[in-house]
Amino acid sequence: MSVEVEIRFSLNGDELRATVPAHRSLLAMLREDFALTSPRLGCGEGECGACTVMIGGQARAACLVLAVEVDGAEVETAECLRRSDGSLAAVPAALVRAGAVQCGFCMPGIAVTATALLRQKRGPLERREIERALEGNLCRCTGYTKAIDAIEAASREEERS
Amino acid sequence: MSRVRSSLIGSSVPKLDAAKRVIGDARYMDDLTLPRMLHGKILRADRPSARILGIDTSRAEVMEGVRAVITAADIPNHSFGHGRDNTPLKGEVVRCIRDEIAAVAADTPEQAEAACRRIEVKYGDLPPILTTDAARASGARAIHGDHPENVALTYHYDHGEVEQGRRASAHVVESTFHLRYVTHCCLGVSGVVASFDGEGKLTIWSQTQVPFLYRRDLAAIVGLDPRDIRVIQPFIGGAFGSKLDIYPFEPICVHLAQVTRRPVKILFSREEEFVASPTRQPAEIRCSMGCDADGNLTFREADLVLDNGGYTSWGATTPFVMMQTFSSLYRVPHVRFDAEVVYTNNPYAGSFRGYGNLQASFTVESLIDELADRVGMDPLELRLQNAQEQGEVTGQGMVISSCGFRECLEGSTTAARWKEKREEYRQQTGRVRRGIGMASMLHVGGGAKIYRSDGCGSILKLDDFGAVTLITGASEIGQGSETALAMITAEELGVKLEVVRVVNDDSEIRPWDVGVHASRTTFIAGNSARLAARAAREKLLKAAARLVERPEQELTIEDGEVLEQATGKHVMSVPKVIRSLHFQDKSELVVTNAYYEPPSVAQDEKFKGNVSATYAWATQVAEVEVDMDTGIIRVLKISAAHDVGRVINRLGCEGQVEGGIAMGMGYTLSEELLVQEGRVRNPCFRDYKIMTAPDMPEIELILVESLDEEGPFGAKGLGEAPAICTAPAIVNAVKSATGRRFTGLPITPERGAREFMKDAQ
Ligand code: FES
Ligand code: FES
Repeated sequence: MSVEVEIRFSLNGDELRATVPAHRSLLAMLREDFALTSPRLGCGEGECGACTVMIGGQARAACLVLAVEVDGAEVETAECLRRSDGSLAAVPAALVRAGAVQCGFCMPGIAVTATALLRQKRGPLERREIERALEGNLCRCTGYTKAIDAIEAASREEERS
Repeated sequence: MSRVRSSLIGSSVPKLDAAKRVIGDARYMDDLTLPRMLHGKILRADRPSARILGIDTSRAEVMEGVRAVITAADIPNHSFGHGRDNTPLKGEVVRCIRDEIAAVAADTPEQAEAACRRIEVKYGDLPPILTTDAARASGARAIHGDHPENVALTYHYDHGEVEQGRRASAHVVESTFHLRYVTHCCLGVSGVVASFDGEGKLTIWSQTQVPFLYRRDLAAIVGLDPRDIRVIQPFIGGAFGSKLDIYPFEPICVHLAQVTRRPVKILFSREEEFVASPTRQPAEIRCSMGCDADGNLTFREADLVLDNGGYTSWGATTPFVMMQTFSSLYRVPHVRFDAEVVYTNNPYAGSFRGYGNLQASFTVESLIDELADRVGMDPLELRLQNAQEQGEVTGQGMVISSCGFRECLEGSTTAARWKEKREEYRQQTGRVRRGIGMASMLHVGGGAKIYRSDGCGSILKLDDFGAVTLITGASEIGQGSETALAMITAEELGVKLEVVRVVNDDSEIRPWDVGVHASRTTFIAGNSARLAARAAREKLLKAAARLVERPEQELTIEDGEVLEQATGKHVMSVPKVIRSLHFQDKSELVVTNAYYEPPSVAQDEKFKGNVSATYAWATQVAEVEVDMDTGIIRVLKISAAHDVGRVINRLGCEGQVEGGIAMGMGYTLSEELLVQEGRVRNPCFRDYKIMTAPDMPEIELILVESLDEEGPFGAKGLGEAPAICTAPAIVNAVKSATGRRFTGLPITPERGAREFMKDAQ
């Protein structure tokens, strides 16, 4: 039997507790125990960014983080990138508008990475910094151009999420 | 009052389901789960070539959570695939590293995987055949008994008299090109869920691109009546051709569900995806090409050897598309093309965006530049001089009904400031050098008649609130087909885009379609949707005319309102017309349907005939910067001009081109599935590098509208084109920067540095 650990953390604003095996990844816990579908399993090895979530506001690959590591932390996923009226927050809305989405498998990860970046850096972003921030988010459909456009546009908006 | 209405066609519309996909509400294969669902895992061969002497599953069967273990002996194991040379599970012989030996269904994926490790297989090694040369050597062992020479398929095509063309040539160039393995790298890995109901009917959640052919083929493999199979496609995380074939894991999953009488899901790991999903077909292409003293092309000759791997999938038929480029990209009076598809013990190829045309265009467009050099012409001039015009019929019988080739050549080079940059980058010396290069392509743009029908069905349903549901045969694999089809429907019917919904995921209700391939969906499914919408519009107008007692010709429909044609004055709303039909007038539904079959023909046994209703053209110009010491090639800008017939969704077109260029850049600069000794050596994104955001160049896109007469609103197919000519454009640019011609891909920094070093010595 593997060791089970009790943790408390906040998930998209809700205070939660969970009992998880010590070796369970955060991604597995979010997808299987909490039925979230925005963090996606693209590789399980930290190489594609499809599983990106925010932990304490930092973008992290959930497949590389153990569930027990988020004890006491604040976890946010793409599911929470909405305004209070339910409409999409600035970054996902910009991604949609710019036509950045094709199959979309990579997109929650890209939206989360960009949101974390925008929270850390005030003011309009340079394309170079956006490209660098997205380096760990692979997309096979789009060529990234429109995602970069979208994030640049969102960084210029007054009300950013 | 002026009555100018802006058309939806050509505007920029975000993908209709984009919000869902960004926020994580879209359900892909990995999100699917059913009550009592089990998880399947496959045990694959650990070597590329062997005889299977025995399989002992007893230790696996008793493990915790294990519900079934199957081998070839437990299932009908009917042969399948394009060459009928594959089976779901392998019982006697291993022919490649992907081979499926046994499968387990268990309560959790971990349990299934652990059980796989406990299955003991006794192998008797057979020396693997790892190159096409070794496979064709006399006395080589036959990989499949019924193909003693190891040749799975051959293709021969010719027109004119090549010898005559050679004699008329003032310049001849010849080279051999080597293209290796690359793979699709869909971000969503392969998977399937199979579930039987109490009456033995199967529902299968599949990522297939061809649901109707899939149903037929799957039925034959697993021994079911096709009527008892329902195919549902969840959101698909990319396909790019990889889901054109059925693969063994799908019937295996069905058998596991049959044996356990429970739903079963199989989902690949990323490593499995690299090892066991298809590749682009590796090719060795020897090609020679000539022109007269004025630069008019005289002949083209090509001999191709393709590594088929252990089994024959649709990917083995890519010479069919390659020969179109050899025969018909530019005016060439004399052409010969021969291709041999050879079995080896390597992984087998599948279909991949461009379907052989990347390899073919790389060859032809590299040599065109070499010819221009010999003649002493600007490569643009030589291309323009040999480019076809509307109305021509190529030697292969392809009828060029609309043609933006010249506009593509001119548009891309103008955007790239071709003449100026060529001058500027002439005679580069020093460590960092810049260059500019171009390449064009020709691809089917109006479907391709490969099956008996290249058609698509549509059903259009209008409800009493005026909601419009398009039920289309066409599938969505992330390319945005539903948005283009909704736009076509809304425009033709005269309603707002917001009221149109598209249903495209369930074989139980959708009419037939041949599938997503050959860049055909906008053209074929678009025409089909348009016909159904036209029929509904006529019905509405007739009914409205009757209601208001006026001639139909005096009425029109715009934005969901029936208007007076001449003045634009409101007459009544579309929902009101529908309700009157449903409830009062004649108890009639407004449900229409259409089946569109393009006016193309199947090619004859000599591969001649107008296989597509129209053809797409493109030119891309690449500007690069090469570091001669590190070998790093940076693409600074791609100027891409694509003849799309007519833009339907501008955002959709841009997205296809940008994504295609990224894929083409990966093919050129970084991607290679390393296959050594029949094994995949780099099954992860760390070692198999696709383009990332910082790699992307500036992209300037010119959409050329040649307005095809048969296309929906003039449109033609675009999906594959953008990936096709990026590689030769970059390679020609590298040649212009460094003087070094690369005949193989990818040009990784290591390879580049090695070659540049040689030149320096
Ligand atoms: S799934 Fe975590 S980085 Fe790929
Ligand atoms: S949109 Fe398909 S992987 Fe990014």
